[in-house]
Amino acid sequence: MADVTVGIVVFPGSNCDHDTEYAVASFPGVRPVLLWHNEHDLKGSDAIILPGGFSFGDYLRCGSIARFSPIMREVIEFAQKGGPVLGICNGFQVLVESGLLEGALLRNTGKKFICRQATIKVVNNTTIFTDGYRKDEVLRFPVAHGEGNFFASPETIESLEEHGQVVFRYSDEEGGETEEANFNGSLANIAGIVNREGNVLGLMPHPERASEQLLGSVDGRRLFESLFRHLTGA
Amino acid sequence: MAYKAKIRVTLRPSILDVQGKAAQHALRNLGYSSVESVRIGKYMEVTIDESSNDEAGRVCTEICQKLLSNPVMEDFTFELEPLN
Repeated sequence: MADVTVGIVVFPGSNCDHDTEYAVASFPGVRPVLLWHNEHDLKGSDAIILPGGFSFGDYLRCGSIARFSPIMREVIEFAQKGGPVLGICNGFQVLVESGLLEGALLRNTGKKFICRQATIKVVNNTTIFTDGYRKDEVLRFPVAHGEGNFFASPETIESLEEHGQVVFRYSDEEGGETEEANFNGSLANIAGIVNREGNVLGLMPHPERASEQLLGSVDGRRLFESLFRHLTGA
Repeated sequence: MAYKAKIRVTLRPSILDVQGKAAQHALRNLGYSSVESVRIGKYMEVTIDESSNDEAGRVCTEICQKLLSNPVMEDFTFELEPLN
């Protein structure tokens, strides 16, 4: 692979920034660079990742304050020009707050913070993030969130479905989109969505924590692989 | 002239309020069987220095739309009172 630079934004309270850096660095030719939220320079990044954590202590609403961090101006501009942006967990919350993705993430319906291995199904494998997967393939990604309950108006849900923007759904191991598998109460079992243009993906489960056999799953690797392959044009 | 804005942000009626539900269950356990529902929102006091009530109201609406509430899931209302 040719050289690819991946910018990982660090907000005060981000805590998956180094996990993401570690996962990204494990791909040959890919160089992670941490970007402090107060900066205005994406340092030549070919893709941006907003990592998980509790930016600004989840004050006000998850992601609502991080959305106005100085670097977000450049990130939004980068995304609007078609640059790939991946938001994981709290990063997904920042993306919906910023308006780059539609909907909102509410408190889990069961009230609890849920930290466990989840199974998700690839609904759309035609995005730059997911074309390394088979359609309907079931993946094992860990989740760790209190506010992952995806909500949007019925019109928005309909439009997301119509345009193939639902990328991942919570499912059981056989791919059944059951209520039990939908542990946080998300509408239509939605675990991850892309924007209409297909260059901004947000998801609650953690691909970077499913990138090493020691951690119980390597299913997350192909998400990064797909993205990096597109960046190098290989 | 400074104004105090008393802002209330509430979850939209269509959204299940799990916090409110938990509080309602607790109240029922305490014997308050007449409590039919609890909805929990946010109350904020913001001091705004503007030349008139209208200006302060305009700023208040703007900050509620931009940051203090999320229109996808919340509604907001506010009252302004002049401070001397």
